[in-house]
Amino acid sequence: MKTDDFISMLATEAGAISAPSATRRYATAMAWGAAGAMLLLITFLHVRHDLAEVVLLPMFWVKLGFVASLSVGSLFAVFRLSRPGAKLDWVPVAILGPVFGMWAIAIFAFLDAEPLDRSKLFFGETWKTCPLLIAMLSAPVFVAVIRAMKELAPTHLRLAGFSGGLLSGAVAAVVYCLHCPELGAPFVGFWYLLGMLIPALIGACFGESLLRW
Amino acid sequence: MQRINREAGFRAKEDRLKDQLVRGLAGDDTAYRTFLSELSAHLRAFLRKRLGQLPDEVEDLVQESLLAVHNQRHTYDPGQPLSAWVQAIARYKLVDLLRRRSAHEVLNDPLDEEMNIFSTADTDAAEARRDLNKLLDGLPDQQRLPIVHTKLEGLSVTEAAKVTGMSESAIKVGVHRGLKALAAKIRGIR
Repeated sequence: MKTDDFISMLATEAGAISAPSATRRYATAMAWGAAGAMLLLITFLHVRHDLAEVVLLPMFWVKLGFVASLSVGSLFAVFRLSRPGAKLDWVPVAILGPVFGMWAIAIFAFLDAEPLDRSKLFFGETWKTCPLLIAMLSAPVFVAVIRAMKELAPTHLRLAGFSGGLLSGAVAAVVYCLHCPELGAPFVGFWYLLGMLIPALIGACFGESLLRW
Repeated sequence: MQRINREAGFRAKEDRLKDQLVRGLAGDDTAYRTFLSELSAHLRAFLRKRLGQLPDEVEDLVQESLLAVHNQRHTYDPGQPLSAWVQAIARYKLVDLLRRRSAHEVLNDPLDEEMNIFSTADTDAAEARRDLNKLLDGLPDQQRLPIVHTKLEGLSVTEAAKVTGMSESAIKVGVHRGLKALAAKIRGIR
């Protein structure tokens, strides 16, 4: 087919676009994904029994704020990386900011603690399971976000896969806060981050095959 | 002075093409056709310059990029420079082609070169080597028939629905999915 004929074909009856916007796609994906993560939490884990007391502790909110702000930062990255030619600009700063913030709090917590208590601050009670549980909870969000992204047009597939994975990890971590008994800043700054990076790295590794269009 | 004139030229071009696309996205098929047709000349020049050692691939890649622009046109944000959006799509399809051929060395220019895609145009279309008609024939009926009736024979969606016995929404979905499947077939056969 000649290019001119092909153009005519594309333009004929093309009409107004009716495809849902990126905002709507990701809102839907996040809603389904978060609901899925919640379902996994209720089915395989449980909401911690002393939640009503824990919500009175400032550190609970610092932890929640950390993962929630990472969700927002990676959501911005996901939006921009889904659109050809959009620049990331300040988005990496919005993602790294909370991480450095949490590390700063962790350093203060270390300095403040007795030397013997420091390993407990870092390992807590659940370091062996925390990253894997966050990664498990991220699965529904991961699938929903990658599907939405594929319908858009990412051009840097590895980076897009990484951001999509990070978003799913961060949303999963928000949900995981309802279960997790840990409140040490060093614990959150390392093991939570590791848990969120697992889906992010999976996204980066498989981005090229998952997201090609 | 000359440089200022040239930049004013890009900007005028950018504004005009953007206007045509935005009208096209709102349902003006004539504006959209003009947009695609002007865009094809810029894509051709851009890709020909970068595929110096694979001249036979240029027209195929122009068509593939046009199809990508069409299928992904809902991702264009009018607040964004059109040249950046188009260039990112053309680059993506070019890199995809080179990856498939694992022939990075044939690149003439570094890809990140800051040249505006609207600064060059080439209306001298070569014959495409790939026959899109053949690829269209390979699509399943519920995608092929809507495309043939509405896009090649020029029937309206309502008429195409009558002829095929499909619902109007099935016609629209069929066209949409069919063109996406066409892009997937193009990726697959190289």
